[in-house]
Amino acid sequence: MDSTLLRKAQSAFLLKGGAYTFTTLQLLSADLETIRLSLVDKIAQAPKFFEKTPIVLDLQKLEVPYTEYNLLELVQCLRTLQLIPIGIRGAPEPLQQVAIAQGLACLSDIRSAEKTETPKVSPQEIMPKVMPAATVTNKVITQPVRGGQQIYAQGGDLIVLATVSHGAEILADGNIHVYAPLRGRALAGVMGDTNTYIFCQSLEAELVSVAGQYRISEQLKESCWQKPAQISLSEGHLRITPL
Amino acid sequence: MNKQAQVIVVTSGKGGVGKTTSSAALSTGLALRKHKTVVIDFDVGLRNLDLIMGCERRVVYDFINVINKEATLNQTLIKDKRVEDLFILPASQTRDKDALTKEGVCTIIDELKERFDYIVCDSPAGIESGALMAMYYADHAVIVTNPEVSSVRDSDRILGILASRSRRAELGLDPIKEHLLLTRYSPERVKRGEMLSVKDVEDILSIPLLGVIPESKAVLRASNEGTPVILDERSDAGKAYKDAVARFLGEQIPHRFMQSKNILERLFGAEA
Repeated sequence: MDSTLLRKAQSAFLLKGGAYTFTTLQLLSADLETIRLSLVDKIAQAPKFFEKTPIVLDLQKLEVPYTEYNLLELVQCLRTLQLIPIGIRGAPEPLQQVAIAQGLACLSDIRSAEKTETPKVSPQEIMPKVMPAATVTNKVITQPVRGGQQIYAQGGDLIVLATVSHGAEILADGNIHVYAPLRGRALAGVMGDTNTYIFCQSLEAELVSVAGQYRISEQLKESCWQKPAQISLSEGHLRITPL
Repeated sequence: MNKQAQVIVVTSGKGGVGKTTSSAALSTGLALRKHKTVVIDFDVGLRNLDLIMGCERRVVYDFINVINKEATLNQTLIKDKRVEDLFILPASQTRDKDALTKEGVCTIIDELKERFDYIVCDSPAGIESGALMAMYYADHAVIVTNPEVSSVRDSDRILGILASRSRRAELGLDPIKEHLLLTRYSPERVKRGEMLSVKDVEDILSIPLLGVIPESKAVLRASNEGTPVILDERSDAGKAYKDAVARFLGEQIPHRFMQSKNILERLFGAEA
């Protein structure tokens, strides 16, 4: 190659290291239909949160022989649900070849940090796990959250000092406090922390959820409707009490 | 550059709530108060501002012609025959909204700011590119809302978009000033519980109330005649728009037309 062309090619990019946090889908079941149904349910709770999210597949906990496992179909299923599978870990050698053919990277088998109080998981349920954030950062919103907007307090609590409109979505890894009417959807503990709460001055929500356990407005109308309320998990069930 | 020039977008999200009627009335009202005003039709392909303003027979060039440099602003602007200081920039009927570009719109608005005090942008319905283009350069937003649930929801949505997709939002400048214009209001129906009240709408949208325009037969008459309803001084809608313009300019005017008329007012009062 001509030396000037070579020099031009060398200055076309810089190779850099980078650290990223991805959602890991740690599979506990090889039954594709069960996985698909559970995913559809989870995604329906917070559609924008999962839309076009990069996903790492973790097969370390699977005890089924790899021959019974259809990685190809699973990857296609995830793509259909608007998730973006980018890598795989814990896969035996033959499955790695399938993964590479699908455009997935084979990542190293380092165990992801387990939470100290992991909630009981049935073989059918799938829990997304993520490296826990090192610092807690809370988000404070002072303007109304309008329909169509989505606010996510990653790694902390979400505090809203104005109305949350119908059609708005607010999510937090920690607690959610709304010092105004809550009319949209509120999801606390989205990363699985069951010890989170939702507080609001007037419960008029379309949907509330704590660590995946949710209730919609039709069911909410029976308790504390349009009154100050706190929502939490008690023995795995959603509990709504007056504030 | 005229540093006082303000861009006002008249938007709603929902269609058919009274954006064009209000754009025509508000821009006429501002011009009547001796402010040099231009009203721009951003509804490319479905233009009707020129009909409401009564100048449809004088449209030679349009907004897209100016963006494409096929005509100058001077050749395109239509001077209103009734009100001094009022000009109209019509939209194209034959092209579609893809012809509108951010740079093109920016150039035109900058040029207009040199000659006018107020630039009123009549937005199309929806939240797609036409509406986004109309709101992008705004300093003020008049949110036209009917006291009806789907209109209020759509207005809420548009408020969210104004707060995030406008030039002021993108550059971290002071946010667009929001004004609520409640149109087609009927105090009788509110009393019967058929219609949302002003307080209901204010409670959901939480933005300052610019005006309440009562449901009025005069609006249809005005649009058929090509005369902005604010010029119909006997109608309640016309008076309400006049009040709204005054409030916009900073005057403290109590809200009328929010109570249902008693029998005497109905017999001897102004026609609706």
